[in-house]
Amino acid sequence: MVTIDCLDKDYKEVCDLVRSSQDSDIKLKNVVGQRYIAAGIGGKNIKIEGVPGNALGAYMDGSNIEVMASVQDAVGDTMNEGKIIVHGSSGDATGYAMRGGKIYINGDAGYRTGIHMKAYKEKFPVIIIGGKVGSFLGEYMAGGILVVLNLAGNKDIVGNFTGVGMHGGKIFLRAKEITSPLPPQVKCEDASEEDLKELETYLVEYAKDFNLNEKNIMDEHFFVLKPNSANPYKRLYTAN
Amino acid sequence: MAINFIEPLYEVVRNQDRCIKCRVCENQCSNEVHRYDSDLKVMLSDETKCVNCHRCVALCPTKALKIVKSDNCFKENANWTQANMTSIYKQADTAGVLLSSMGNPEPLPVYWDKILINASQVTNPPIDPLREPMETRTFLGAKPKDIVKDKSGNIVNNLPPQLELSTPIMFSAMSYGSISYNAHESLARAATELGILYNTGEGGLHEDFYKYGPNTIVQVASGRFGVNKDFLNTGAAIEIKMGQGAKPGIGGHLPGQKVTADVSKTRMIPEGSDAISPAPHHDIYSIEDLRQLVYSLKEASDYKKPVIVKIAAVHNVAVIASGIARSGADIIAIDGFRGGTGAAPTRIRDNVGIPIELALATVDKRLRDEGIRDNVSLVVGGSIRSSADVVKAIALGADACYIATGALLALGCHLCRSCHLGRCNWGIATQRPDLTKRLNPDVGSQRLVNLIEAWTHEIKEMMGGMGINSIEALRGNRLMLRGVGLTEKELEILGIKHAGE
Repeated sequence: MVTIDCLDKDYKEVCDLVRSSQDSDIKLKNVVGQRYIAAGIGGKNIKIEGVPGNALGAYMDGSNIEVMASVQDAVGDTMNEGKIIVHGSSGDATGYAMRGGKIYINGDAGYRTGIHMKAYKEKFPVIIIGGKVGSFLGEYMAGGILVVLNLAGNKDIVGNFTGVGMHGGKIFLRAKEITSPLPPQVKCEDASEEDLKELETYLVEYAKDFNLNEKNIMDEHFFVLKPNSANPYKRLYTAN
Repeated sequence: MAINFIEPLYEVVRNQDRCIKCRVCENQCSNEVHRYDSDLKVMLSDETKCVNCHRCVALCPTKALKIVKSDNCFKENANWTQANMTSIYKQADTAGVLLSSMGNPEPLPVYWDKILINASQVTNPPIDPLREPMETRTFLGAKPKDIVKDKSGNIVNNLPPQLELSTPIMFSAMSYGSISYNAHESLARAATELGILYNTGEGGLHEDFYKYGPNTIVQVASGRFGVNKDFLNTGAAIEIKMGQGAKPGIGGHLPGQKVTADVSKTRMIPEGSDAISPAPHHDIYSIEDLRQLVYSLKEASDYKKPVIVKIAAVHNVAVIASGIARSGADIIAIDGFRGGTGAAPTRIRDNVGIPIELALATVDKRLRDEGIRDNVSLVVGGSIRSSADVVKAIALGADACYIATGALLALGCHLCRSCHLGRCNWGIATQRPDLTKRLNPDVGSQRLVNLIEAWTHEIKEMMGGMGINSIEALRGNRLMLRGVGLTEKELEILGIKHAGE
């Protein structure tokens, strides 16, 4: 494993070193807000000490990243494949338009988590948030799975406008009740056995990554949010 | 049955003496206007379905057909026009948002037509492009401010990535989905042959067209359809779509019925699913956020590709462009309010945005005043209709022009403005296999090559007339332009004098 000390290095230098590294196992230490780390990169295993800047792993194509602290905005923007594990919390627009791979956050996530997420054939994105999230969770969501666990048991698990414009995919919320209003595009049900079975495979992995007890996580009520129709705007227009 | 208040706008006039009842019109019309009555042994038409695309007229072997404007009319009213009344009827019937296609057809001013080009006479004589070399080659991208030398005095290459065009014209963004596979193939092949670029639009890049990568601009919009590492690295440049002239402030929405198996593969979304690309990029709320997207794309493509930011021409376009020029973008594309679209809400298309001529003039001036004009190249589109429009745009300060409606016309489009119906009889704005096969890419690409070669020759003629032998010397050369019939204010914004001055 190669270790890169990021102290006093700007983002371009750090990103160049990551990109050109011959060793696929990389440890970045003293990271202080450098952006775009591992953008578009595949085949690398990167461990990050410190807080990376915005757009960590944007367009990422099959690398694995483990961040020991928190991350900023736009983690995994348009990510195609790979995995990002964050031991702290993440900022806004986590997993924007993500198409494949996994983002597991131990803490909370900001606004607009998993918006525009989409699935296609073998590409299937999964985001799991251990804490709570801000407003606009899964806005315009078209595919994949978004999970909010609220392990700390906060009163409000999500903010406002959850799933606005959603037309595919599933959102799982681990809660006894949902206190925030949901938009008409979203259908909220108790998760079925089948839903829970699908969820469990990912939660087993999540629990292992953060050294949590998977049983404690599953042993709680889950809601599943699905779109009301695959074509939410179908009846909006008149040919002129 | 409820009364239908909507009356046909056109009449299909059939000369029965010439009609041989071959039924070509019937077979060609996807709108099902024509039918054969076997009892009466005549061809009949249902004009309520006609969109006036002229497919039947063009293919009628005996020239028996013509489409004329119906003289059937409501009581004349300059305020409540037939179009205004019909819109009310349609919306009262359906409760829908009116949806239209192609550029704004309203009689708003076209400034190109009020600008005239100069020519040399006695001094600084004209140049004959048939006899002397004439340079139309154009490089797009940020230009360095300083020459940097290393310790031993050698010049350091600090030139950011550039796009090289043989002529200052490119085909602007039209997605696979909004237009057909054969239309895309025609554009890609023509761009390659001409040494210019075409643009994927926001629908991803079909795997068959990766080979045209060096002549392709790949587009990234808010929905990120088909965007992945290979896509970003295949194109010659990456365009971030922030706005579109036909529908500023409105996003893209490809209805599920147009997301066929092949379109689904290219966009990387399931078949039959709506493809929604809203106007806001919900990760961009400031120039700083835009900068983040610009640089994340540069990082993902190793700083080898210029990044274009495309915006619609709106009221504060100069300020917006100034911000973009500081965001790290290499090229700004501005789309005027007459720009085309495969579908846009009618009211937006016809009432939002400003003319490209004014937007271009004001942006170029603003960037020059702020000393940041060299940070970016300017590409303008939104109804560039001829080589004269190109010359005027370049003299107003553009580095190159985007054309799309013009390119579709070259492919056979007749501007019936019904793309949103998905039944294009010319095989362009449709995904129906029986219709798309009507556009032959061999013929289509050749027609596009012909058009651009003809325009390039005309551009050279006009440059020669002005005594200019390089497109560089025309760029921003507003002294070569004069306005005619324009107000003081219009001349001030355009930065040109009135004819006679």
